[in-house]
Amino acid sequence: MLSIRNIVKQYAGHRALSDVSLEVKSGQVFGLLGPNGAGKTSLIRIINQITAPDSGEVLFDGEKLNQSHINRIGYLPEERGLYKKMEIGEQMIYLARLKGLSRDEAVRRLKIWFERLGMETWWKKKIEELSKGMQQKAQFVATVLHEPDLIILDEPFSGFDPVNAEIIKDEILALNKKGATILFSTHRMESVEELCDSIALIHKSHKILDGTVKSIRNSYRNATYLVEYNGTALTFDGKQPFEVVEAKEGSDNDNTIKIKIAENSTSNDVLQYLLPKVHINMLQEVIPSMNEIFIEQVNLIR
Amino acid sequence: MNKVLLIIQREYLTRVRKKSFIVMIFVVPLLILAMGAVIALVAKDSNELGEKQVVKVIDESGQFAGKFKNQRNLEFEYTKQSYAEVKAELLKNENISALQIPADYTKNDAVKISSKKKPGITIIEKVEAEMNNIAMNNGMLKNHIDTAILRSIKSNISLSPVEITETGDKKTSLGANIGVGIACAILIYLALFIYGAQVMRGVIEEKTSRIIEVIISSVKPFQLMLGKIIGVGLVGLTQFSAWIILSVISTKILGHSLSSSGGMMSALAVLQTIPVGKVLFCFIFYFLAGYLLYSALFAAVGSAVDSETETQQFMFPITLPLLFTYMLSVTILFRAPDSPLAVWLSIIPFTSPVAMMLRMPFGPPDWQIYLSMALLVLGFLFTTYIAARIYRVGILMYGKKASYKELVKWFFYKE
Repeated sequence: MLSIRNIVKQYAGHRALSDVSLEVKSGQVFGLLGPNGAGKTSLIRIINQITAPDSGEVLFDGEKLNQSHINRIGYLPEERGLYKKMEIGEQMIYLARLKGLSRDEAVRRLKIWFERLGMETWWKKKIEELSKGMQQKAQFVATVLHEPDLIILDEPFSGFDPVNAEIIKDEILALNKKGATILFSTHRMESVEELCDSIALIHKSHKILDGTVKSIRNSYRNATYLVEYNGTALTFDGKQPFEVVEAKEGSDNDNTIKIKIAENSTSNDVLQYLLPKVHINMLQEVIPSMNEIFIEQVNLIR
Repeated sequence: MNKVLLIIQREYLTRVRKKSFIVMIFVVPLLILAMGAVIALVAKDSNELGEKQVVKVIDESGQFAGKFKNQRNLEFEYTKQSYAEVKAELLKNENISALQIPADYTKNDAVKISSKKKPGITIIEKVEAEMNNIAMNNGMLKNHIDTAILRSIKSNISLSPVEITETGDKKTSLGANIGVGIACAILIYLALFIYGAQVMRGVIEEKTSRIIEVIISSVKPFQLMLGKIIGVGLVGLTQFSAWIILSVISTKILGHSLSSSGGMMSALAVLQTIPVGKVLFCFIFYFLAGYLLYSALFAAVGSAVDSETETQQFMFPITLPLLFTYMLSVTILFRAPDSPLAVWLSIIPFTSPVAMMLRMPFGPPDWQIYLSMALLVLGFLFTTYIAARIYRVGILMYGKKASYKELVKWFFYKE
């Protein structure tokens, strides 16, 4: 769908993107992660042809990105905004027509969307009469009304209350199911694990990590397990097939230990060692969350 | 191109549908009519006294007794009372004033007029004229000059200007030329400012409401700027057309109802000495071309700032040439519409809309008009090019205080 190759973007004072390459496959939900000021918005603006890269190229469906692709992209910028004094229905139609939709088609689709999101009564309202959350909802509709193949969302959940964030999340997933490719930037990690198929991590203008969420998390496995058992707290003599990273004593003889399994051993060895001694409630592998990977990676390059 | 049309449509409709726009269409011609009526009324009335005024003349010189002529609402009374006695009366009635003429009245400031109110300028002028007349008559009599003969040889010449053209002589009216010229210059000046500022405000609105990023992910910045400028320009044309039509209708109606008085008719007849069609055509041309030139600059200014309050530093150099020409036009240039200064100002693009419109009723040479028009078109192509390059960068810059240095940098940015 989208192939970003060796993009470099230099601003007067600083470098926003240095040699960034990404692949977004058709039908994916792709998360663009990174701390503030990493270069995410610069990259998104380049994909939207708002600015052009100094070098490198962007391919859209194998073609070099050009004006004909504009109508196939929907963009929700991080800084939301609509014409304050314009009626909302008319404004949505205007924005859709700028994306190449006919007036009648825009009206038809808008009615469906308004009904779906419970906005029927807003048609004649001016933007300034709506609450911030309502404005965001309207803007989301404006982004997707022309049924773009690629939907680019910059921090889509910021500014929504939890209920509406959930509604928008569901809508995004529904659009994805219908075939739209989603590219969104965020620093809310929990939404990443829930939504994204693939991610790329950008930090200080460099891409430092990318791939599918699963493979990235797997690559960060380090044989760490959490064991919960019932019985008197264990003491270890060094012959056990693991190392204790952390031990916690709970009430009623409940104990939790975090262990790192020794090389050439497996979780089965651990169980065999522990079974005769205590009553085991749980054994679980600890896979680092995207949040931890994110922080680790960002701290690594400082 | 289709998208530019959409933008033009939006810019035009949102403005034309506003209540304030519709109100302005009707209010402005009414205001102008009302102002005209008030000016006519004031001009007529300022020479008259509102209430009957009595002037008590205390004549110590004996030169003036019985010679003052009563006028409308102005009566002279001769009195033998002393000033102190008269003063008591003055304090009671403010429509009475006292005129003290000492024996040696020719000395500066010797003659005094006093009343409870500050003596009005009209009454002073009238009394002064009267006294001068009497004094002159006295002088002539003393020197044995026959005032009757003098009156008969007094001349009253006024020139009737005639412009010679190949098609025949035609009567011109200098007053009408000046009037129309200044009116056109003022209108152009105001229009350029009003609609230029509207473009600027539109750009700032898009920038501060942050909708700009959504729009320019659909269209190129230049298309947006162009659409906005053309849309607002069409609003201006609509407004002017409405005003012109309304003015024509209202003068027709007024002309009918006032035809007995004849004043309005003679004013219309005077206007007919001016090539109205040509002036109107040029007005539309200079409004459009001048507007395109300035609104592009206004758009660039709007893109460089975050709020209207920050526009000052950039507005000044833009408005300076217009303001300068406008000030010169209404003070000096209308007296000498063919002077080198006027000619140059009417050819240089930044000043030509105002200066050329001022000269237009006086019939400047054709080559000057063509040169000025051609340069103006070149001028707006030039400013639009510069403005577009600043605009495309400026609209995406937030929170950065723009300086002139910054603007130059933006101009040279690659895409």
